[in-house]
Amino acid sequence: MSDIIDILLSANFWAAALRIATPLIFGVIGALICERAGVLNLGIEGIFTAGAMAGWMAVWLGAGLWGGVLVAALAGGFFGLIHAILTVPLGLSQHVSGIGVTLFATSLSYFIYRTALPDVSSPPRIEAFKPLDIPGLSDLPFIGPALFQQTPLTFFALALVIGTAYVLYRTPLGLAIQAVGDNPSAVESQGLSVYGLRIGAVVGGSAIMALGGAFLTMSAFDAFFFGMVNGRGWICIALTVFASWRPGKALIGALLFGAFDAFQVRLQTEVGSFVPGQVFLMMPYLLSIAALVVVARRADYPRALLVPYFRGQR
Amino acid sequence: MIRFEPRGPVSLPRMIGVSVAAAVVALVLAAIPMLFAGLSVFGAYGLMVKGAFGSLFAFTEMLTRASPLILTGLAAAVAFRAKLWNIGAEGQLYAGALAAVAVGTGWVSGPSYVLIPAVVLAGALAGGLVMLGPTLLKTRLGVDEVVTTLLLNFVTILFVQMMLEGPMKDPMGMGWPQSEPILDEAALPKLMDRMRIHFGLIIALLSSLAVYFLLKRTVWGFEIRAVGENAAAARHAGIPVTATFVRVGLLSGALAGLAGVGEVAGLKGYLTADLSPGFGYSGIVVAMLAGLSPIGVVFAALFIASIFVGADSMSRATGVSNYLADLIVAMALLCVLVSGLFLRFRIRFVGAPAAKEAAE
Repeated sequence: MSDIIDILLSANFWAAALRIATPLIFGVIGALICERAGVLNLGIEGIFTAGAMAGWMAVWLGAGLWGGVLVAALAGGFFGLIHAILTVPLGLSQHVSGIGVTLFATSLSYFIYRTALPDVSSPPRIEAFKPLDIPGLSDLPFIGPALFQQTPLTFFALALVIGTAYVLYRTPLGLAIQAVGDNPSAVESQGLSVYGLRIGAVVGGSAIMALGGAFLTMSAFDAFFFGMVNGRGWICIALTVFASWRPGKALIGALLFGAFDAFQVRLQTEVGSFVPGQVFLMMPYLLSIAALVVVARRADYPRALLVPYFRGQR
Repeated sequence: MIRFEPRGPVSLPRMIGVSVAAAVVALVLAAIPMLFAGLSVFGAYGLMVKGAFGSLFAFTEMLTRASPLILTGLAAAVAFRAKLWNIGAEGQLYAGALAAVAVGTGWVSGPSYVLIPAVVLAGALAGGLVMLGPTLLKTRLGVDEVVTTLLLNFVTILFVQMMLEGPMKDPMGMGWPQSEPILDEAALPKLMDRMRIHFGLIIALLSSLAVYFLLKRTVWGFEIRAVGENAAAARHAGIPVTATFVRVGLLSGALAGLAGVGEVAGLKGYLTADLSPGFGYSGIVVAMLAGLSPIGVVFAALFIASIFVGADSMSRATGVSNYLADLIVAMALLCVLVSGLFLRFRIRFVGAPAAKEAAE
């Protein structure tokens, strides 16, 4: 028991929780923007992979770290655009299109990586983002190491939560995005373009998702591995429901998830000799299913989610 | 501008034509990554055709690869017919393989005519049970099955790894995490000498006929189609929607489980955690290319299998990554999705005045 308290009181633990939460924050915010506009984006898993590969490769080719972030976002936006065109003006199945985008983005990323680097025994490394040292803040006891020794992308993710909440609730654009996911014909009658808003939300949301992938190769690690996304995208889709499509709750959900994950990794070193490692590796997926079950009854889905809109048709 | 005008019932030749066109477009688009990798497009396709059809061995390898794809394709087709989004065939395949190994490596003994059916049933049951969870979560609690089935893929594969490193590890396996070999009496028979093609293909073809019969000629099949068309209306008409979902879930999972049985009891002979190169996900492409038709699934699976087997062979000859196959398969899915528009709509290009007229 005292071991558990020790874990929860260590600054290291909370730093790890925030680090694990960062790609999920990007993913959930991206998914939330798409779904608020009425489009489920199951391309997320592939978009994570594409962001991870494209960002890493841009840096490896000499684009600089922020150049890499930009390239990752563009790659995400590109696959988002494919999904948007198929599901918004063409009104095709969002489930199948999303799975298709995931398969396409994943295989294209792997193919490009393998073609550019045919035979490397160990993946080449880049100089990844380093934790920021903020004078004053980083030296605070406990809070300093827990909160203020993260890489810039983590702070970017936190700022993105605030920015998304502001845009979604306080600007005409945000209100229009919410409306287009609830009642698109009302939006059309306001003289706004349903297609424009939905396509824009899916492209923008996908660009944000891709940053979650970029965090993996440019902050958490410094190289690209096959299968490194490992279901994080799907976890984000579950967390989006858990967060009731709200940016603030998305942050809390991702942090809770990060804390659980950081906790089980530490628990593993305590009891790892009795329990097989796979039990711990299963936890994130089981936890995501549990999170879905908890909120299933009262989940308040955007009303037009999954419903294609055709102009002039009621 | 472009106008979509809804079409009536679709004729079979048109359905086939649209799927074939989608496959052809995917193959044409694949020229882009081929050129990027420095391949000559015709040369590469030549190698792929030779690799999948060039010899008796190549052809039987293609059929061997098609067997699990037919089954995972059927799993997706049946589920999608009812709009039950089972994306978990990959995990269900592993569950089926694990059950086959649990039964077939000495836990029970007996002659082939007892052991083979036991292995097959165990695998189907295990796959069905893995799908039962998400189905019940959907029908009882309203939990979206897309995400739960996707997440369960990871859980199931980790569970298989755990068993292979723990209780089911082969003590004679030189430390590798693999199961004990399947008993000779429990192994599916080979169909040809010195080839790898096995009885799993027959199971797959029979399953395709069985699913066709079920959907076309039985009350359950009618109910599945009705629920898929409009669940609310089906419920109104007195169709037991919940029970239908449960039946579909069990059947879909069982079909994916059978794919695992074939791979482990027909092909490999023992279980490792890298048994499937994504057969579960490719099954979705197979089902969509087939227009969710159980007979069409067989032909779509042959196409996808020839891409995979052909690309493997092309990759060995040229050194270009065989992820090209996954890329072609993914593009085929997107193409067939778009081509579906040509089935449901008549697409008219109308001039500006006509469009204006239509708007008024």
